[in-house]
Amino acid sequence: MMQNLPWLFLLLPLLAAALDWVLFSKCSKTAATLSILSAAATLALCVAYLAGLNTGAPDVYTWMPVAEERLSLHLGLLTDPLAMRMMLVVTGIGLLVHIFSLGYMKGDTSNLSRYFAGLSIFMFSMSCIVLADNLAMTFIGWEMVGFSSYLLIGHWYHKASAADAAKKAFITNRVGDFGFLIGILLTLGVFGSMNFADMAGKAAGIPAALLTATVLCLFCGAVGKSAQFPLHVWLPDAMEGPTPVSALIHAATMVAAGVYMLVRLQIAMGHAAFTDTACAVIASVGAITAALAALIATQQDDIKRVLAYSTLSQLGYMVMAVGLLAGEAAMFHLYTHAWFKALLFLGAGAVIVCCHHEQNIWKMGGLAKRMPLTVLCFLMGTCALIAIPGFSGFFSKEAILDAALEHCPVFFWVGAGVAALTTFYMTRLCLVAFCGSARAHGAEQAHEAGASMLLPLLILAVMAIISGYGFIADALVPYAGFEAHGFAVGLPFYVSLGSLGLGLVAALLVYGCGKRSSDPLAGNALSAALRERLYIDEFYDKVLIGGVQAIIAHIIEFIDAAIIRGLCVQGSAWLTSRFGLLLSKLQGGSLRAYTFLSGLGLLVLIILLAFNF
Amino acid sequence: MIPLAHYLILSGLLFSIGLAGIIIRKNILVVFMCLELMLTAANISLVAFSRAQGTAGLPVYDVQILSLFVTGIAAAEVAIGLALIVALFRARKTVESTALNTLKD
Repeated sequence: MMQNLPWLFLLLPLLAAALDWVLFSKCSKTAATLSILSAAATLALCVAYLAGLNTGAPDVYTWMPVAEERLSLHLGLLTDPLAMRMMLVVTGIGLLVHIFSLGYMKGDTSNLSRYFAGLSIFMFSMSCIVLADNLAMTFIGWEMVGFSSYLLIGHWYHKASAADAAKKAFITNRVGDFGFLIGILLTLGVFGSMNFADMAGKAAGIPAALLTATVLCLFCGAVGKSAQFPLHVWLPDAMEGPTPVSALIHAATMVAAGVYMLVRLQIAMGHAAFTDTACAVIASVGAITAALAALIATQQDDIKRVLAYSTLSQLGYMVMAVGLLAGEAAMFHLYTHAWFKALLFLGAGAVIVCCHHEQNIWKMGGLAKRMPLTVLCFLMGTCALIAIPGFSGFFSKEAILDAALEHCPVFFWVGAGVAALTTFYMTRLCLVAFCGSARAHGAEQAHEAGASMLLPLLILAVMAIISGYGFIADALVPYAGFEAHGFAVGLPFYVSLGSLGLGLVAALLVYGCGKRSSDPLAGNALSAALRERLYIDEFYDKVLIGGVQAIIAHIIEFIDAAIIRGLCVQGSAWLTSRFGLLLSKLQGGSLRAYTFLSGLGLLVLIILLAFNF
Repeated sequence: MIPLAHYLILSGLLFSIGLAGIIIRKNILVVFMCLELMLTAANISLVAFSRAQGTAGLPVYDVQILSLFVTGIAAAEVAIGLALIVALFRARKTVESTALNTLKD
């Protein structure tokens, strides 16, 4: 019985979601309490496990038995450090976001029970990914987080942009998931099992091409879920959802699931499975995403969009680290990033609420005087993100840059450049939004956020500062046997300091102390291109949706209209009705005709019988 | 003794007249009478065969009993049929067979 305690990680949020949805859909306070309680309970359970509670291996349930054992669909849980420490990030940030939501959604007229049910469903599905002991179960959780993300992005579904963004997120993810599904089947075929525990050491006897294909197909899933180039387009749009959702799902946990899955596979299959080609592709995709997103972020005006692109760029870092076979560094960055990016998003949420739902940074300004505590927390997050020495982000970014320098210096220099851009756009954001004087009415009336919003911010701010230090990172970074490696002053340190300084100075020079009322860099072609997200969305819209999809749609429409509808359905109906009309002539309703025909028939019978035909 | 063929020819003629009447006439009452005519034609051939197939000057009585049954059933049919025709006339004010085509329309 006790060994099945980890199943509570899944059951509690699921139960909370079901109760919220079914019983308390009209009673949002109870629904919120239930969701928060379930998040708190799972966090407590997680802490207990990390503190050394050991209940043995949980039972494995066979969901769909198949005659051949390895093909059966099992549901099993892993309670190894990788999973449990990841669970701490998920449930910890989850709980804080739940609490923050209370303040953020106060006064919102939409159905809050639905919102909290969505959050609980997300906690359930994310736990499913984290704890899954086989790829099939990962995939189930994978789809479930996609679903809950769809629900929460589209929470304000009466807004057309939110509904569209939800659809876009879901459909873009489908593209990646398709590859992921193929990858899972390939894994089953190549490794003979979907179970992580059974994959170890089997990579050696498998042709490199097959391994590359398998890993890259699985990587497709991560490209979709972790919003890597070229499937990154959904993440900035997903900012249409409520800000706490952006913090939990689209910054800290769900989008990191791709990285988690890749690292999990890297550990399970061994580094041998990640062939050079596969690694090169993964690292390049990560680097391209990091660079593109950082560039675009420099010219965004929406505070949430800046953060969204920054998330993309940091995810690019992590994926790059995975591609460089530095899963340890990737998970380190995932872990510190989860805390400080959740902090940044929640801080942005507090700012947005206090400015009466204004998201444009050029309509803020002077907020440092009006909401000092919130802004201070936000600044802590910024310091961590731009990797100021001593903050958590510095250590993890350093780990990735070290790994990059060791494996492939090209990626190191890309990473350094992205770091400079990161510093630039975050400094720009802070200068414009917080310094100077208010540029709009909403910002003039801004005031400090309420307690339910400040408390999570303060906790996260503390984590953003300390989570990178060895004493805490060694115990909490989701990687078995993680050790924050000794920090050495070397080339990576000087380069990252240089890029930090470069970004800071550039931003200060361009934006001054926030006195300007519009972006001095705007107005040229490059800025326009960056504002239009380098026309990638437009390209998809025009070429893929308007071109390729339209052509296919025309062909399918022709098949549908001409062959299926015209020939098969209407044709057979026409044939039947003509035949029926012909036959109906026989039944004219005339008694005399009937008699005549039966008499004729009788005559024929008699003749046949009499003359022995 | 009149040969069997003569009876059969008479029977055939009666049957044909009955059939022709059914085909040609519209009035259901007449059609009904023609139907009776056809039954009678069948009866005649039955009795004729009974006589022709008899042994030692005795006819085959089974067949004659059968013809009595036919007559009885014809009487029952007349009772029902005439009742139907009367009911039909009350409902439609006509007994023309060509008028009975409401199901078709």
